[in-house]
Amino acid sequence: MELTNENVLGKIIEQFGEENITDAVNPDGIMTFQTNRQTIHELIKYLRDDEKLQISFLTTMCGIHYPEQKDRELCMMYQLHSLRHNYRLRIKVYFPISDPVMPTLTDLYATANWMEREAYDFYGIVFAGHPNLIRILNVEDMEYHPMLRQYPLEDQTREDKVNTFFGR
Amino acid sequence: MATETKTVELDGLDQFRENLDLKLQDKHNENLTTLNLGPTHPATHGIFQNILQMDGEKIVDAVPTIGYIHRAFEKIAERRPFYQITPLTDRMNYCSSPINNMGYHMTVEKLLGIEIPKRAQYIRVIMMELARISDHLICNSILGVDSGAFTGFLYVMQEREHIYDIYEEVCGARLTTNMGRIGGMERDLSPKALYLIGEFLKRFPKVWAEFEKMLTRNRIFVDRTTDVGAISAERALSYGFTGPNLRAAGVDYDVRVMNPYSSYEDFDFEIPVGSKGDTYDRFLVRNAEVWESLKIIEQAYKNLPEGSYHADAPHYYLPPKQEVYRNMEALIYHFKIVMGEIDAPVGEVYHSVEGGNGELGFYLISDGGRTPYRLHFRRPCFIYYQAYTEMIKGGQLADAILTLSSLNVIAGELDA
Repeated sequence: MELTNENVLGKIIEQFGEENITDAVNPDGIMTFQTNRQTIHELIKYLRDDEKLQISFLTTMCGIHYPEQKDRELCMMYQLHSLRHNYRLRIKVYFPISDPVMPTLTDLYATANWMEREAYDFYGIVFAGHPNLIRILNVEDMEYHPMLRQYPLEDQTREDKVNTFFGR
Repeated sequence: MATETKTVELDGLDQFRENLDLKLQDKHNENLTTLNLGPTHPATHGIFQNILQMDGEKIVDAVPTIGYIHRAFEKIAERRPFYQITPLTDRMNYCSSPINNMGYHMTVEKLLGIEIPKRAQYIRVIMMELARISDHLICNSILGVDSGAFTGFLYVMQEREHIYDIYEEVCGARLTTNMGRIGGMERDLSPKALYLIGEFLKRFPKVWAEFEKMLTRNRIFVDRTTDVGAISAERALSYGFTGPNLRAAGVDYDVRVMNPYSSYEDFDFEIPVGSKGDTYDRFLVRNAEVWESLKIIEQAYKNLPEGSYHADAPHYYLPPKQEVYRNMEALIYHFKIVMGEIDAPVGEVYHSVEGGNGELGFYLISDGGRTPYRLHFRRPCFIYYQAYTEMIKGGQLADAILTLSSLNVIAGELDA
């Protein structure tokens, strides 16, 4: 079976149902779709173990913050790659910031460990079941998650710098 | 705008200490020693901390801590116009900064839908391969230093200076090279730059052959590196290894071949692979890759196409300075680009290049503004270093140093 976006999407929808796999788009040749927190762990496990797909290289994952979207403020993006078929896939999960809990993937991929710690550090996303969920790049006693968009880049107490014209 | 963040019932510091205590409980066993390797230790070539549990010379356990030079590049990138992000990318993997630059520029070009001319692509290939050579020669010669052979390092360091001379001729800078532009190169290769590249191609193979001869069959070096810090192909894939470190374990994944960019499909080269994934294999793979890079540069240098060195995209390509003085449109676009007045289209792209260390990826979300909404760097060093604990367990302290330098973990890229 040749892996095309339609083929793979059809196979995934067949397995997990249309209610769990939504909003499939194709922004840059990489198929992108949304799923939910209940499905994500099973889905990635399925993609890895399925003999035809073999999408077993977790390239990267990162958090994204959309403060304007009610109850969908936070997003986790997972990007996977099948080294055998040279096929890439991007999965997004949106969830409310009041309940920032995601299942961990550390039992599937060793690489998920630090990437999840990074997402926790930057966005405060809690990965249930993670063996060692502590900050990774910032100091341990930091009290907020700095990549959330309500925190501006510059120290707001400074008055010697006007930043009006550079970078909105 | 004001979103409430949930207080997380997890105190980082306490948990860290707790984990450490668990790891160090064996301390009551009188035979174990706790050794604090780093954060700044001359043998670690960068700022990483490792708290090691030692049984004599044997490493029983290790707790790595990173983040000592974290500079929040992803956060800064959300506040900067596209052009002003380039200097951030230089400072990630500073041993091969042109690859970082070009990778970022190609990502933005993908977002904007700019097709760049062949000549610019070939120049990029030459610069990227020179950067790969300088990256690999630092890594391999430092590996020699760590095993006690200092001469080779001095010998090839001079060649890196020659590569830096080429950079200097192309863009004016030696280390933080801003030679690319969105839509092509800043300027064409000058006759002097072409001459320097030609000279480098003539001279360097001899130097590299000699360096190779010094270490490859050296009894001490082979004994020190064989079966040291080995990782199997399955574990390496699970850890998300890419680049020379994955190829040393026997998987021939190379972004240049699998998803060619910047006309890599025009060149004829091979992917060297190892078998065991130990330090010696990583050394050999990097050595062989330098030869392949030389092959690529030679082909690109000989077949350098005529034509423009930048795309015809006045909205995004920063005009040459001479034009700005003479031409009104160029002045207007120069002003608008420098002030970050030009919006990018809405979109989402991922582009990856084969960096000196492996798949260097850029994930960019644009909401139609003049800065990226989110820019995430997939940094290969970040991925390697988490496997480090597993790779050094059961080995000796001196082996741990060799493993670290053969993994080629660059602190700037690790922390970003």
